[in-house]
Amino acid sequence: MSRKPPERDVALAVQKLRVHYAKRGRLRFSSHRDFQRALERALRRAEVPMAYSAGFSPHPKISYANSAPTGVASEAEYVEIGVTKQCDPERMRIALDDALPAGLDVVDVVTAATPDFVNRLEASRWCFELPGVDVSTAQAAADAFLGHSEVIVERLMKNGIRKFDTREAVLSLTVSGESGVSGSQGSGAGDSYAILEVVTRHVTPSVRPDDLLAALRIAAHLVPPVPPRVTRLAQGPLIPGSTEIGDPFAPDRAALVSTN
Amino acid sequence: MAVTTSDTHVPGASVFDRLEALLPFVSKPIQYVGGELNAVQKPWDSVDVHWALMYPDAYEVGAPNQGVQILYEVINERADALAERTYAVWPDLEKLMREHQVPQFTVDSHRALGDFDVVGMSFSTELGYTNMLTAIDLAGVPVLAAERDDSHPIVVAGGHAAFNPETIAEFVDAAVMGDGEEAVLLITDIVRDWKNEGCPEGRVGLLRRLALTGVIYVPRFYDVEYLEDGRIKRIVPNEADIPWRVRKFTLMDLDSWPYPKAPLVPLAETVHERMSVEIFRGCTRGCRFCQAGMITRPVRERSITGIAEMVDNGLCKTGYEEVGLLSLSSADHTEIAEIAKGLADRYQGTETALSLPSTRVDAFNIDLANELSRNGRRSGLTFAPEGGSERMRKVINKQVTEEDLIRTVSAAYGAGWRQVKLYFMVGLPTETDEDVMQVAELAREVIKAGRAASGRRDIRCTVSIGGFVPKPHTPFQWAGQLNHEATDARLHKLRDAIRADREYGKSIGLRYHDGKPGIVEGLLSRGDRRVGRVILQAWRDGARFDGWSEHFSFDRWMNAAAVALADEPVDVDWFTTRERQQSEVLPWGHLDSGLDADWLWEDWQDSLSEVGVEDCRWTPCFDCGVCDQMETEIQVGPTGVVTLPMPTVRTTAVLAEIDA
Ligand code: B12
Ligand code: SF4
Repeated sequence: MSRKPPERDVALAVQKLRVHYAKRGRLRFSSHRDFQRALERALRRAEVPMAYSAGFSPHPKISYANSAPTGVASEAEYVEIGVTKQCDPERMRIALDDALPAGLDVVDVVTAATPDFVNRLEASRWCFELPGVDVSTAQAAADAFLGHSEVIVERLMKNGIRKFDTREAVLSLTVSGESGVSGSQGSGAGDSYAILEVVTRHVTPSVRPDDLLAALRIAAHLVPPVPPRVTRLAQGPLIPGSTEIGDPFAPDRAALVSTN
Repeated sequence: MAVTTSDTHVPGASVFDRLEALLPFVSKPIQYVGGELNAVQKPWDSVDVHWALMYPDAYEVGAPNQGVQILYEVINERADALAERTYAVWPDLEKLMREHQVPQFTVDSHRALGDFDVVGMSFSTELGYTNMLTAIDLAGVPVLAAERDDSHPIVVAGGHAAFNPETIAEFVDAAVMGDGEEAVLLITDIVRDWKNEGCPEGRVGLLRRLALTGVIYVPRFYDVEYLEDGRIKRIVPNEADIPWRVRKFTLMDLDSWPYPKAPLVPLAETVHERMSVEIFRGCTRGCRFCQAGMITRPVRERSITGIAEMVDNGLCKTGYEEVGLLSLSSADHTEIAEIAKGLADRYQGTETALSLPSTRVDAFNIDLANELSRNGRRSGLTFAPEGGSERMRKVINKQVTEEDLIRTVSAAYGAGWRQVKLYFMVGLPTETDEDVMQVAELAREVIKAGRAASGRRDIRCTVSIGGFVPKPHTPFQWAGQLNHEATDARLHKLRDAIRADREYGKSIGLRYHDGKPGIVEGLLSRGDRRVGRVILQAWRDGARFDGWSEHFSFDRWMNAAAVALADEPVDVDWFTTRERQQSEVLPWGHLDSGLDADWLWEDWQDSLSEVGVEDCRWTPCFDCGVCDQMETEIQVGPTGVVTLPMPTVRTTAVLAEIDA
């Protein structure tokens, strides 16, 4: 006797919603898979009318884009969800935020009105907080890095160690922070505190925060005394002629306004 | 190097900042950060009694544990108490915590374990004992109970592997047997009153109050005397008024304890990615090897209404897509057919799957499985004949005939299942090579029947074999354990027989482990206080995560035993492979699991003469002692209630106005 997939309403997605969420605080240690499980459960808790694929083990229609690595916090993560009934984006934002654990926070939801969302995520702005690193040291490292035309790093990938350049993907690197009376208490980190802001273009292989730290170590011998806290501040299209990142939802909002 | 909490540490303050700096360097950091859905955080000073509950294994195993989740909620529902959770940290983090002086922490608010009033250890298995020592030590608390002072928490053990707490008597301050719900409430009351009265007589005063209840075992108030030959002479209270025997807790009326009401939903991946509803407690099948079945008597069923409410509520609170209807033998619930049908109807057409771990070997089981997999998902079917030969199954009182099994698996393969799992044990009392070889015979018959019933050749059967470890409070508590060499020899013989079978061998998968870990488990299960020294030695030599083959070292344990027992007339074999006589004082003899010792002995004798006992759920009571002793009774249906209560009415808040 052969088994058929069970009867179920494999209703088609009537609407796609794009969700902008943040990964904050201690939940920065969640991995992409951790987030996937949490989101799918939250969608059920919030009773979002999910569209499912057909077959023996149906899975919800969700597309994930470019998630920040485990350990990196983010203010700008995106995911797209297909639903079988028209949903109100703002209600969805509230319900989904409520159903997710604190630290996975839904910032914004729009109805998808344009194609090719993932291609719109051209670049990211990262913030590296470096406790114990002097601003001048950080500035020197940044200058050294920017002075190179190529900074090769190594990363272990699925098919072995791969070498690639990090320099070209970096569109800007700025330093700010506070210079304290370093080392006066004998505490490892001291009081100084440098902050790096880096804008990277999304290339293949992607240049991730770890790679940037490796590059700063290689190019400028910058070795932070404690692990830096890294946050993705923004992700989206590059505003032409600048290193600024635009709102990736802007085309959807514009399209909606024009149809209304 | 032990961790010492610094002088500036404020009790109850978070140590997360210090931990956070270590997390980038460890594997799966998410397991240490907490933040689960439905987790509870309370201000430290808002309550009188602070509990830390520990499942002494990795987060992925400990977080889904029902027992801990239940107790966590029961305690947190009280206004005067809080409970947080902690799990074993992997060696990579342990090393860093020692280097950077970060204490063992709870995952809820990252408070230092040493700050709590009570540390409740949940032992499902003896293999968690060494992880307890790591945690206590990382907390900056002395691992030996005798060395703790008033500033340290009291360590209370519970769970099935606390039914013989003698091996860990040196490390725990108290142990509780049986259901924990009322136990933790009682302990909370006693600790609160003692604190509010200004902690009279300090730590010992508190422990005495606990001991005087007669339901909490405090090892320090009992002395063990030995005979020349190493056996125990007697175990006696060393203070007036301390009770001679300590009873287990038994929770009656499960419907009034619908916990967990808000199950925790971990972010990290765990071994149990689903919601669980316990549909009854206890088991009356009377399998003689089964400690869980013996010590959780009598059977107490949750009603069909209670179950449906818990399923509905749990799904709302968690968003899980699968619900497991759990118990020791779920298909035995007197109303299981109605429950299965009712729930399958209710969740028809949704993505919610139902599952029922079941080992019952009869056609009824297939009907149930069909009902539950209506929604599409078909996990494998598992049956547990446990013994390979008919004779063996009589010895262990697993009342299944070969015909039953063949009929059941035929029905399963006929209904479309391709894969069936069969559980067996090796090393059972009186077992011979022949008995074990019968497993191969049975598996062949299963495939033969399956091919006939399904008309296909691609069906499979997996045979899983566990080594038998005699456990306290069972009829086999007197049995000699099979040594690991003989266990391995039998397993290899069986493996070779299956491999050599040209016709069926390829359709049979065999899964087993070598016999060595079973010997250590046996030592820890039936040991006495002298084995505590072995545990301490093994832990000092690096024993951690003993349930994980990649961390377990048999040689380390044997060397530790040789050192720790050097001056004793006893050794590892004495504790494991030696058969005991009826007259011998057992280390847990003063601990009352409700089972009458004479009944257990008779059942052991019946076993040796291959005589079975019936299931008292369906047939008259056979006087195992539990109901009499505990003034309890079996609580079973049928109640006659077959309709499920209405599900919670919720309004979907996400739809657009036009649809709403
Ligand atoms: C029945 C059972 C199952 C059943 C049902 C589970 C359930 N009801 O939770 C099923 C078949 C589903 C099951 C599944 C598994 N199980 Co199982 N299971 C058990 C068993 C035999 C009993 C658990 C039980 O009755 N739970 C019910 C709860 C309510 O009871 P409880 O936890 O004992 O807690 C109560 C009391 O003991 C007490 N208490 C507990 N702690 C404390 C602490 C204090 C201080 C106090 C006062 C009281 C107290 O209070 C609680 C409430 O009354 C245990 C063995 C054991 N001896 O405990 C193994 C056990 C927990 N399972 C185990 C494993 C590995 C699994 C699986 C992961 C196996 C697998 N690889 O698939 C799966 C889990 C996920 C899955 N994929 O399905 C292991 C865990 C090993 C470990 N390292 O800790 C155990 C210990 C068996 C073993 N020796 O290997 N299991
Ligand atoms: S059916 Fe047998 S093995 Fe299973 S819990 Fe009951 S007594 Fe134990």
